[in-house]
Amino acid sequence: MILVVAEQKDGVLNRASWEAVAAAQQLGAPVRIVLPGAAVGTAAAELAQADVAEVIALEHEALATYTADGFVQALAALVTAEPATHLVFTHTYQTRDYAPKLAARLDRALVTDCIGLKIGGDAPLFVRPMFQNKVNADVVLEGDAPHLATFQIGAFRADAVKKGAAPAPVRTVAASVDAGAIRQKPEAPFREAKQAVDLTQAERIVSIGRGIKSEEHIALARQLAEAMHAELAASRPICDSGWLPMERQVGSSGQTVAPKLYLALGISGAIQHVVGMKGARTIVAINKDPEAPIFEIADYGIAADLFEVVPEMIKALK
Amino acid sequence: MVIVVCIKQVVTREMQVRVNDARTWIRDGEASWELNEPDAYALEEALRLREKHGGEVVVISAGPARVTQVLREALARGADRAIHVDGEHLATADAFTAAAALAAGLGSEKIDLVLTGLQSDDQGFAQVGVVLAEKLGVSHSTIIMDVQVEGQTLRVKRELEGGWFQWIAMPLPAVLTIQSGINQLRYATLKGIMAAKKKEIRAVPAPAAPPARQRITAVYMPEKSKQTRMIGGSPAEAAAELVRALREEARVF
Repeated sequence: MILVVAEQKDGVLNRASWEAVAAAQQLGAPVRIVLPGAAVGTAAAELAQADVAEVIALEHEALATYTADGFVQALAALVTAEPATHLVFTHTYQTRDYAPKLAARLDRALVTDCIGLKIGGDAPLFVRPMFQNKVNADVVLEGDAPHLATFQIGAFRADAVKKGAAPAPVRTVAASVDAGAIRQKPEAPFREAKQAVDLTQAERIVSIGRGIKSEEHIALARQLAEAMHAELAASRPICDSGWLPMERQVGSSGQTVAPKLYLALGISGAIQHVVGMKGARTIVAINKDPEAPIFEIADYGIAADLFEVVPEMIKALK
Repeated sequence: MVIVVCIKQVVTREMQVRVNDARTWIRDGEASWELNEPDAYALEEALRLREKHGGEVVVISAGPARVTQVLREALARGADRAIHVDGEHLATADAFTAAAALAAGLGSEKIDLVLTGLQSDDQGFAQVGVVLAEKLGVSHSTIIMDVQVEGQTLRVKRELEGGWFQWIAMPLPAVLTIQSGINQLRYATLKGIMAAKKKEIRAVPAPAAPPARQRITAVYMPEKSKQTRMIGGSPAEAAAELVRALREEARVF
């Protein structure tokens, strides 16, 4: 039995949960889905469209707001009562917060941030990137079941989920949680500042990374963006340095964009950035390192010094 | 307060990564090494907390002999003392093995707060800090962008996805994994480097490794998912051809 751990917030299903279902269906059968929360019936019914044996609504008042301690308690108790071969998660910020603690509590293997599966050998191989996406590794999990695995957002397609002929049964399970033992006391989520720039609506984006080297060079990128009628964006380190405001950050901690054109200047292609822009229709990468992972997803690449190429581009555009 | 910072030495970001002949790891025999960047932010946060609340910053790293380089660097930036959990096998260890080694290295230290980077630039598990919290039996939170200590209570700003944040309170002691960009890094001064020479790096042998939870069967360069057209020539030629292709083939203007 493979158990997918789905994610919701205030009863609304996180769409990325479907990707974990797709991964689990590839991993084997039968598949069950568990959705922890307080009142999650509606989202559980939605998940029941998938071709799975069952959806478990794992409910407790103390799970209304996510806490690592609460979720670890609830899932550890469920998995102990109802054994599974694998627990499958999407590698969201929430999963990252508690899946390692759950694995440690259960004393079981956890492989994180997987991008693929190789089935057919003695044991499934989990494919995961290492060294900032520069290489991939095939990993086999050892020790007793269940084995835990998290899959990178976008690694599996939500629309690849096999749907069932009829909805799967939904079972509500009262989660075993000692609310007094939850040490984290979360406050309401908030946004830092009103987003003045909506990069998600931009048709063209010029985005800069570490390769821009210093703040004064941003003017050059801005000139190119103007010549292309594009918005200026950046990878995380540029916003961390305060060279561009945080609202212009593209990536897992910033905005997710899908413009007609995404031009990456001096961006290496770390996964935290790539997840935010790989949906762009045309991707161009200019980077002096010909082996930068950004070229893996680019439609057009120029492996050269951006400080030599960009002024020529501005000229060519005029 | 006693603040422990778990740091890792990783190959430099600029390194051209090559797979070794056995296809089990990268060729790192002649690599240059640096402090894992998120760990540098964790160290900086610890130094700032010490400036505010007093106490001591202890850095710890689990790895082969070479990791004393980053411990020395952390001492030069201002950490008070260092612990090196020494073991050749720790260079490629999984997260459970690394967390067990760190827990053993901390031994009976009385700890108020443990900080570490949210993940490493090499294996990138994003697990060690959280597993360590479970081993130490303490609370934790991850991807932290602000740390406030008020008496025995900790209040942290956790980053959520898509530009959202959340404050979370929890009791000390606790383990936090720190997000890059939480602060502005300081670099070692000459005075710091001189002072570091007199500071202690205590070596602790690595404990017997727990059974491995994951085994790498192959390491390889990623297959390309897209047909990339690389445009060569002089900068002027490449720029002109790119602009033409974007206009006429991709039709993005």
